[in-house]
Parts: sequence; C-alpha cells; structure tokens
Amino acid sequence: TIGTTLKPVSAGLKQGQITPTELCQKCLSMIKKTKFLNAYITVTEEEALKQAEESEKRYAKGQPLGDLDGIPVAIKDNFSTSAIETTCGSNMLKGYVPPYNATVVQKLFDQGALLMGKTNLDEFAMGSGSTDGVFGPVKNPWSYSKQYREKRKQKPHGENEDSDWLITGGSSGGSAAAVSAFTCFAALGSDTGGSTRNPAAQCGLVGVKPSYGLVSRHGLIPLVNSMDVPGILTRCVDDAAVVLGVLAGHDPKDSTTIQDPVKPFLLPSLTDVSKLCIGIPKEYLVPELSSEVQSLWTKAADLFESRGAKVIEVSLPHTSYSIVCYHVLCTSEVASNMARFDGLEYGHRCDIDVSTEAMYAATRREGFNDVVRGRILSGNFFLLKENYETYFIKAQKVRRLIANDFVNVFNSGVDVLLTPTTLSEAVPYLEFIKEDNRTRSAQDDIFTQAVNMAGLPAISVPMALSNQGLPIGLQFIGRAFCDQQLLTVAKWFEKQVQFPVIQLQGLMDDCSAIFENEKLASVSLKH
Amino acid sequence: MAAPMLRWGCAGRRWAFACVDGGSRHGLGARNDFTLSGMRGQSSLALQPLITAQKPRKGEHEWAAVVGLEIHAQISSNSKLFSGSQVHFAAPPNSLVSFFDASLPGTLPVLNRRCVEAAVMTGLALNCRINKKSLFDRKHYFYADLPAGYQITQQRLPIAVNGSLTYGVCLGKKRRQVITKMVRIKQIQLEQDSGKSLHDDLRSQTLIDLNRAGVGLLEVVMEPDMTCGEEAATAVRELQLILQALGTSQANMAEGQLRVDANVSVHHPGEPFGVRTEVKNLNSARFLAKAIDYEIQRQINELENGGEILNETRSFDSTLGCTVPMRDKEGKQDYRFMPEPNLPPLVLYDAASLPAGADSRQVINIDYIRERLPELPSVTREKLIEQYGMLPEHSFTLLNEAGLLEFFQNVIKETRAEPKVVTSWVLNIFLGYLKQQSLAVSESPITPSALAELLTLLDGKVISSSAAKQVFEELWKSKSKTAAQIVSEKKLELMQDLEALEQLCQAIMEGHPQVVMDLKKGNLKAINKLIGLVRKATLDRADPTVIKKILEEKLSS
Repeated sequence: TIGTTLKPVSAGLKQGQITPTELCQKCLSMIKKTKFLNAYITVTEEEALKQAEESEKRYAKGQPLGDLDGIPVAIKDNFSTSAIETTCGSNMLKGYVPPYNATVVQKLFDQGALLMGKTNLDEFAMGSGSTDGVFGPVKNPWSYSKQYREKRKQKPHGENEDSDWLITGGSSGGSAAAVSAFTCFAALGSDTGGSTRNPAAQCGLVGVKPSYGLVSRHGLIPLVNSMDVPGILTRCVDDAAVVLGVLAGHDPKDSTTIQDPVKPFLLPSLTDVSKLCIGIPKEYLVPELSSEVQSLWTKAADLFESRGAKVIEVSLPHTSYSIVCYHVLCTSEVASNMARFDGLEYGHRCDIDVSTEAMYAATRREGFNDVVRGRILSGNFFLLKENYETYFIKAQKVRRLIANDFVNVFNSGVDVLLTPTTLSEAVPYLEFIKEDNRTRSAQDDIFTQAVNMAGLPAISVPMALSNQGLPIGLQFIGRAFCDQQLLTVAKWFEKQVQFPVIQLQGLMDDCSAIFENEKLASVSLKH
Repeated sequence: MAAPMLRWGCAGRRWAFACVDGGSRHGLGARNDFTLSGMRGQSSLALQPLITAQKPRKGEHEWAAVVGLEIHAQISSNSKLFSGSQVHFAAPPNSLVSFFDASLPGTLPVLNRRCVEAAVMTGLALNCRINKKSLFDRKHYFYADLPAGYQITQQRLPIAVNGSLTYGVCLGKKRRQVITKMVRIKQIQLEQDSGKSLHDDLRSQTLIDLNRAGVGLLEVVMEPDMTCGEEAATAVRELQLILQALGTSQANMAEGQLRVDANVSVHHPGEPFGVRTEVKNLNSARFLAKAIDYEIQRQINELENGGEILNETRSFDSTLGCTVPMRDKEGKQDYRFMPEPNLPPLVLYDAASLPAGADSRQVINIDYIRERLPELPSVTREKLIEQYGMLPEHSFTLLNEAGLLEFFQNVIKETRAEPKVVTSWVLNIFLGYLKQQSLAVSESPITPSALAELLTLLDGKVISSSAAKQVFEELWKSKSKTAAQIVSEKKLELMQDLEALEQLCQAIMEGHPQVVMDLKKGNLKAINKLIGLVRKATLDRADPTVIKKILEEKLSS
C-alpha cells in the first residue's frame, strides 16, 4: 500500500514501489468507476499516460523533477489548458481549445504532475453547489460512503437513496469530488467567494485559498478579477503546502502577483501553540448556523485554549454588509469580463446573421445560462452612469471597510481567525435546488467571501463527521501573505482532530451495478 | 488567426477607413499630407478668412466659434500597450495578434514600459503636470473590432494633465506675419487602439483585422481655445512636429497614426458657449480645417435661420466637403466605466521620491526623462532665426515640410553661400520644384551637396543668378551631372575677360548710336537697353553690374 497522500506516494515512486504509469492507471480506473459522480468534464487519459511515461523515464534515471513528478492531479475546467478543451461548464465555451496553458497549469507540468482531466463546475464558476453547469450536477462521493450510508439506514426514510445524493458544494465541486473519490491526489479549484473552501468542507478535504497576489491568475478564466485566486484541494494540509509551494510566486504575465521572491512552503510540525492568538469573530455566529457546526466550532476553540493558545472573541463589525457588497462588485466585474464572449473570435456563435447586434444577442442568449445572464444584467445596471456612485463606488468603500476590519483585528495581536466554513454539512441535491442560485450563493458564501474582498489567505480543514456521517470543515483566516503561518496552524489542528478517511467500500457493495462488480479494494485507500 | 467574418447591418464608424482611402483618393502624397499649402501662397479653402465669424454685416449679431480637439496619436513602440505583439503598419491581416489582443479568456494585460515613457515625454513636452499615480479603466461598448468588449483607457486619473501647446499662425496678405497662439492641454491619457473593420458591402460582411488592436495610443485632449479651422490645423501640425521630434509617435495622418476629432460650437461673444457637435473622420490637416470651417458656418446658418444645434456626432464627407450626421449609436451610449482590476495603479517617481536602491528597470523617473528630452520645434525655430537671421515664417516653413530642415542644414554645411541666399533658394526654388511635382523632400532628385555646389558657384560669381537657375533645372533633370559639369558644358560661366567685354560693349555702342544719343540727352534708362543687348551678345554670361560699369565709363569718356 502506498497511501493516499502525497508524501508516501512520492516516496513510493522514488523507491520504485510503484511506477507513475501504474499510479496513473489506478487513478484512471477510479475515474471510470466513479464516472457517475460527474466530477470530470474531460478525462485526459491519453495525455496522462504520455506524461506518466515521461515521468517514468525520469525516475528510471533517478532524476525526478520534484515532489509532484508522476503525481496525478485534476484541474477545474476554468483553467486554460493548451490543446485541451476548456469549457467553464458553459455552452459558450463548448469546443473551445485554448492555445496556451495557465501559469499554474504550466507550473504543475514543469514539476512532472500528470493531468487526469478537467473537472466540473458551475457555469463560469457562478454558484455554490456545482449544480448549475451545462454538463450537469456533481455528486458528492460522501453520498456513497460507508459512514453516511450506515447512518441513513438507521433512519426510516432511506428507501429512495439513489435520488437522494448530496451536492459537493461549489463551484469547484468537480475538483473536490475528484480528490475525495481518489481519482487524483490534488486538484486545482478557483476561489472567488469561497468556491474552493466550500466544496472542500462539504467533501471532507483541505481547501486552500492563497493570499491574493501570491499565485498567478494568468490563464484562469476570470469570474471577478479583483477577488479570484487559484485554489488547492488536497486530502491533507501538507499536500496543499507542497502544491502551493509549486504555484506561488511572481508571474510576469500577471501584474497583480507579488514581486518579492517566495520561499518554499515547508511546514514545521507545531508542538507548542501557547504563543498563538486565535480570534473568534462574533459576527460569524449567525442564526442560520447549524447547531452541529456551531458546537464543533466551539470545540475547536476550546481545543486551542486547552493547549495554551490565547483564544479571544473579536469583532469584524462590517461583516453583515459583506455579502451585499460582494454581490455588487462581483456582478459588475462579471458584466465586464463576460463582454468578450460575443461569438466572434472563439466560442459559440449562433446562426443568426442579419446584423452584428442580432448575432451578439442570440449568441449570448444561447451561450450563457440564466445565472450568468442574470449577473451580467445586474452588473451592467450597477455600472450605469446614473447608478455607479450609488452602487459600485459605495460597494468599493464598504469593501475597504471590510478589509480594514481584518487589518484592525490582526493589528490587535490576533494571528489567525477561526470560523465555520459553511452553515451546515452537504445537503441533498433535491433540497438544494429548492432555492435559486442567487439565494444559495448568498447563504453559502456567507463565511467565505469577506476573505476574498480583503485578499487574505484562508484554509478549510475537515474537523469531524456530523451526526449524519458527513464532513464538517472549519475555516482559518490568516494575515495577508502569511500563508505559511496559516498552513502551519491548520496542520497542527488537522493532527489533533484526526478526521476519518472516506470509506468508499460501502459504495462498492451498494452500487455494484455501477462498478461492474470490480473490486475497489485493489486500490489502496487506507493510510 | 483567420479573419473572423460577420454580416453587417450598418456601415461607417470612426477611424474605420481613416487610412484606407484618405491618401489615394484625394491625391495626397503619403508624406506631405500635412502641408499647410497656404504658407506657400497657393490658394486653399481652409485658409480663406472666416468671413462670417469675423465680419458681421450691419445690424447682425457677431458670432464667435469655439473649437476643441481630441487627438489620438499612435505610440511609436516595438510592441503593443499591454501585449508583446509587434507593431507594424500594413502587415498581413491578423499577423500581429497575441492571445491577449484577441481577448482569449484568461489573458491579462501587462503594461509596456516604452509606452509609459512616451506618454511622460509627450506630457513634459506639452508642459503638463505628470501624475505620479495614474489609473486604468475599462470603457465598455460592443463592437466587432473591440474583441474584449471594452477598451482599457485612463478615464479617472490620466498620466498627464494641465498642459499647453504654443503654435504660430501666419497672417497678412503674404502670410508674413506670425502670431503666437496657445491652446491648453486638458489631459493626456494612455489607451488601447481598436482593430479595424473592413465592410464588404457587396457580400454584406465585415472583415476584422486585429493587427492594430491593442496598439498604444496617446489621447491628447485640447481645451476649446481655438476659433477656426486654420488654428486647429496649425495646432495639430505643431503637435505632430513635437511628437515626431520626441519620437513618441510617427504621427502620420495618412497612415492613421494621428487621428483628430473636433468639438465645434458657436455663440455670441459674452454669452455662454453654444451646443457643440463632434466632427469625426478627419484624416488630413486640410480636411480638418475644411470640416471645422464648414461646421462653424453650418451652425451659424442654422441658428440665424431660427434652427437649433443638436449635440450630435457628425462625419466629414471629403468628397462633398461637408459634415453629415452619423447614424450614431455611440453618442448616447453609456460606457459603464469601471476600474481595470488587472492593472495596479501606475506609479511614477521623480528624483525626490525615487526609493533608494530602486531597480531602474522597475521604476520610471520623470526627472531622468526630462533631462533627456530632445530639442523641440519651437527651440529649433528660435535657433534658426538667431543663427541665420531668418524670418520667423521661413523657420516655420522649414520645419513644416518633412525633411526640409535637414536638407537646408546639409546645404549650409557644404556651401560658401550666405545663409540668406541658401534660405531663399531652398524655400523658393527647391520647395517650388518639389511642390510642382508633388514630391517629398526625400524624393528630391537634387542632393544637398549638389545644391551646395551650385550656390558656391553663384557666391563666387562664377555664374550669374539666372544661369544658376538654369543649372538647377539641369540638375533636376539629370542626376548624374554635377553643377560644375553643367556650367562648363553649357558654357554658362560669367565672362571673366574684361578686355573682351569692353570690346563687346564698344561694338554694341557703335552699333546703336541712337540709343547712345538718347542717353547723352539725359534719358538714363536707355542704358538698360544697352545692357540687355550686351547680355544677349554674351549669351547671358556677363555680370550685368560689370557691363553697366563699363558702359558708364565709356559714355562719360
């Protein structure tokens, strides 16, 4: 057995216990077995096997490129990949094949990582469920876990299980499902308002949103340029640190990346937290918060306190304005960013050709879903000359206040903030779609989007399973560009809570038809 | 990238064809597009005095016109404003297009340092305040040759503000009087150029060429301090000379590197400004002046006939010589300006604010650029006036014609002739020949050396002034011969043999006793007849002053 996290697998590759091709094939077979999760839009089997072959040659020579050489990864389908279709989960970009790699994709390739495929998402990353993409919703692997199934059996209404599957959260739900279902070791998501941390929490993964400016956005098809960051989804904090170490640093193609050189992300194993000050923002205790999440949040705070850390209640007074402000800024930038999709240079083009304007209109109506079109309309409204001061400028001012809230708290001596990531654990799809995308996004981004407005680093770490047997994650927020300190604290926490590994063997027994009677056990899923 | 095509419902838009038909159809040479022909005394509509605006008939109100300009100058740089694509005029369509220029999703702008330096240089040359911090904005509109759906510009906080441009307008019958005028520069902003749309009406299609998309532009906004077409054209010409001297733009109107929109209104002096119209599609100086004067007159006529002026965009139709309203979708459009989130504020430094140990490749120092500004045209003209005793209007003409100053200076270097003689020959004879044949200075068949040699012969009295003109004509026709060769072949040297000349004079006097009689009776003008006869006999090779002297001596003896 080679384990499920990067370090032992990397060691296994170096020692020749497993070859990159074997590892790649194991993951490809997992992708096939879990196809019904709809985690991938495109599986790049050929590409992955070719990369594995190259990697194998390097290992044979004893010259691997780095810790990621031969490691299967997945990439959200809003990162440009050269010669590989990149759709953003939209009709608009179906069939669009970028001629270049996003900087983060190139950096993974330069390290020898194997690309397994492009993962599913909400259309143009607009959503919090991974349910609103043109390729259909993503199913949460935990829906089929032994842990969840066993709890369900105890309840009376467990008869209609197949239609009762859970959402992954979003918008990087495909990436989360891909990592959670062992089809790869790490995946790239994007995080604009919580799109990496939210599915990480709901799929029992570590989800990192780096500081704005630490990781290049070049090649990431934008949602909100001033808030987007590439996110990382892994099964443990150390893995996330390895990937972040590879991705971080100045990119001449992205003028918003930091100029200073970035040191490698090596995480010390903290033994003493007594010098730490953990802030608990009181505004994050909202009525909608589930009692289970609330009690785990309290437990986590107690844990720090019991080990000698200073835990204090802090105030981020402008928190309640944040989600509205986010909505104005987000839709405004969306309206602007989406203007380029006009059917001329690339992407979908309608058949109507009576005039350019008619062509634009029909192309955009056919290419975008209701969520995208709705945000474009809102954004253009906010940007109108007569509304600009009232909405956009005001939202920018509020954004500054929100960012200052964080600055003030950190200046008062707090090292890291501890908050919930989501209001509750993952909900069933049928439950989720009772509310529209906008309502859901406003609810689900409540604890996460303020961090994007302030450009801070944050990480969601799975803490425990709920009474239903579903993962619950908590969020740590750090000072700008103190990503390493943040991850170090998260690693200590991860070690204390010992979050259980997802047991997908249950899935095997119950869904044998889906798995064509193949034994999943051959792939080592245990520690 | 293949040229994307689409069908098109309407035609015509600013700049779309600025450089396609501007030059050829109207017979303007590529390089002398900006000749202010009036300075050479040729007639031109643009230079006729604006009668209505200045000379009201009795009982009528006086009208005053107000003209402001918005000028787009393409920055002369190797690569585009935000991408690494090359900048070339007339490259094959869509051959200079980066992923960013085609607005591929995920691409980001990276500011070109050279373009920033060009903006700073231009700002300094136009006496602007350079903003140490400036910002970029997105201006949104849908257009086929604007692939991103927005243009990156500097709406809120431009790189340079509050400057001025001084220019000289020639007045008087012979345009001998130069009056200095000043126009305030509101701001200079950096922005992206658009691509080009080529409308194929036959197939009702539009072809898009993105070679120009993303090229750096300097938008120079001039305050409404001008009053007529000629002032505007002269101010633009001066700006063009400054840009060329700085090397920040080639500023060739025919190639679309300099594009001018004019805001025009009329009002009664002492009353508030009238409603203004914007006139676009002005692709030469001549049309600029013509369009503005037409528009002023049109507005006055409209108002005097009880009509009103609409705040609209009008296009100049150069064939009809008038402005017509554009079917305007842009005019009332809301551009939904928004800060460009992918570009941090542009921060510039001066000697005082430059951080210690700053990497000079990472920062731009305004003072460093200021110290290295090249000589500006106004200074060059002052030097010409001072050094060569030149008339101010001559200094203007020398600079206005591309390459003429350099030609003049090369002649001066190589000849012994007086600067005044050189000035006169270069501006009257040489320039006259060029204009007659619609040639640019660079296309002249006569080199500065050849003219210098000729003027040296003239100065040394080896040939007469009229012979010199003959030699000049020969030089123009046959490049292979030198002035000296032509002089000797055509036997144009002045007669140096005084004895022979005396004999000739004697013979002429003897042959025309009646004329000599007249002279002796006191008709002094009769001597000219004798001089003429001698000159004719010498085939114009004798110096008339010498002939006169000999004749006078003989008559008085």
